[in-house]
Amino acid sequence: MTKYTFTEKQDTRSGFGAGLLELGRTNPKVVALCADLTGSLKMGDFKKEFPERFFQVGIAEANMMGLAAGMSINGLIPFTGTFANFSTGRVYDQIRQSIAYSEKNVKICASHAGVTLGEDGATHQILEDLGMMKMLPNMTVINPCDFNQTKAATIAIADHEGPVYLRFGRPKVPIFTPEDQKFEIGRAIRFTEGRDVSIFATGHLLWHAIEAEAKLADRGISAEVINIHTIKPLDRQAVLQSIAKTKCAVTAEEHQLNGGLGDSIAQLLAQNTPAPMEMVAVNDQFGESGKPAELMEKYGLSTNDIFEAVLKVLERK
Amino acid sequence: MNEATQAPATASIEELTKITSQVRRDIVRMVHACQSGHPGASLGCTEFFVSLYFHYLRHNPDFNMSGTGEDMFFLSNGHISPVWYSVLARSGYFPLEELKTFRKINSRLQGHPATEEGLPGIRVASGSLGQGLSVAIGAAQAKKLHQDPYRVFVLMGDGEQQEGQIWEAAMYAAHYGVDNLVATLDYNGQQIDGPVDQVMSLKNIKAKWEAFGWEVVESQGNDLEKLVPALGQAIERTGNGKPVINIMTTEMGYGVDFMVGSHKWHGIAPNDEQLASALDQLEETLGDY
Repeated sequence: MTKYTFTEKQDTRSGFGAGLLELGRTNPKVVALCADLTGSLKMGDFKKEFPERFFQVGIAEANMMGLAAGMSINGLIPFTGTFANFSTGRVYDQIRQSIAYSEKNVKICASHAGVTLGEDGATHQILEDLGMMKMLPNMTVINPCDFNQTKAATIAIADHEGPVYLRFGRPKVPIFTPEDQKFEIGRAIRFTEGRDVSIFATGHLLWHAIEAEAKLADRGISAEVINIHTIKPLDRQAVLQSIAKTKCAVTAEEHQLNGGLGDSIAQLLAQNTPAPMEMVAVNDQFGESGKPAELMEKYGLSTNDIFEAVLKVLERK
Repeated sequence: MNEATQAPATASIEELTKITSQVRRDIVRMVHACQSGHPGASLGCTEFFVSLYFHYLRHNPDFNMSGTGEDMFFLSNGHISPVWYSVLARSGYFPLEELKTFRKINSRLQGHPATEEGLPGIRVASGSLGQGLSVAIGAAQAKKLHQDPYRVFVLMGDGEQQEGQIWEAAMYAAHYGVDNLVATLDYNGQQIDGPVDQVMSLKNIKAKWEAFGWEVVESQGNDLEKLVPALGQAIERTGNGKPVINIMTTEMGYGVDFMVGSHKWHGIAPNDEQLASALDQLEETLGDY
């Protein structure tokens, strides 16, 4: 059994910036648009190296989505960058009509998702974005877990024809996936093999799931940790295969319980193989100001919350 | 590719007049057949669409989504789809017969224009207002990036000027000097709840666009003798570092006496009797579909 460790922490948004820069060098069709958050989105290197392919749009996100749709018609591959809140809720109708319904090849890249945005508070801590985006027909929804996976996902979505929502975050988090791991859209990754329970985790929560797995192993509980980086399309086969073995599930995500990954998996299981399930997610609340770790603790998104959820689901088996 | 190779159709005023009458017949017949749709501004913008597609637009009815090497047109106020569908069909984008399917189940002619059913001529969905200008600007910038010398055209409504996104886009296009773009504003003064001046006045709309850094041309949209040269003027002003807008005065419902000038025909269909009366006023010049 591989044990996962890390030696370095880095923010996932920097993985996006690194991926975008590489795309700039390898794919002349890639253009970037940003709504006055170039530094926060780590788009500065792309801007510096490819100024003619970088479009500063100012604080005008609705216009940015329309521009990106228009640019894509001519064969360009536009990557839009702003905070997750302004990438989704603020521009939902623009995305729905001009991008998703119109089947435009636009990559909506969204940073500072979830409570780990920290001190700025609930106005910016969007916890509803995955739900909004996964409900849109034609939309692919991806939430990578660390620097390497975010970089690989950024590069991978340029080769995918169609609209994509790519969600990442602000804080420095452990880098624990291999630098050379291939990113396959819609293909879940099994991190640990287990018999007793399946833990499906996405984004920042994957590292916490790995930590929980180690704690559970100390108690003699064998947990299978599966990374669902692509919320939509969901890797149904990977989920069902794991559940056929473990017969119960815990999901973990930095998102509202309503509309998130847990919802998607519950729907799949209910329609195929009903099994006891617990969901680690934010329960119908807005966030607040605080340090990321404090907020993860307060809103029930910690390693211990996953650990407890596993104990609870095992009792229901 | 640096040379313009697509030539416009450049029909004469006499020919345009004939097409205009036939397109108006198509519009009232289409909305009558499905008993829904938006005849008012469709009739008001008929001269504009006919002038654009049959005189100025360098386009290829053998439709190519990318629009590379041709002029592109976007309709932001998507509810006036009847006039666009008629003009597209009569330009050869799809069979005239298909106009019969407007707003009916399993049709490519959706109530508001869409790409999902693959109707030739449509490059983005519209209907939710305020979005088309941004899309057109993006397409125009992509043309510049590709050194494609063709232009992008977009039509907006006047009520639509109340959407905030229009002004985000207006600011952006002037900032970047998107000068391969000609926007047209259909200034018919009417919206669903009544006259624009009463619902939410645009005040001095010309001064607003000028203040945002656009080149403004004004035109009379229901007089081909005036509209055709005005559109020509707007096109001539491209390439000078500023985006161009044509503020075009029209009358909603123009060409049908009982519909003209009233917001009441924004979104309702004529009954059988009203259809007969409308068709009596519009000469069948090219043959009904």
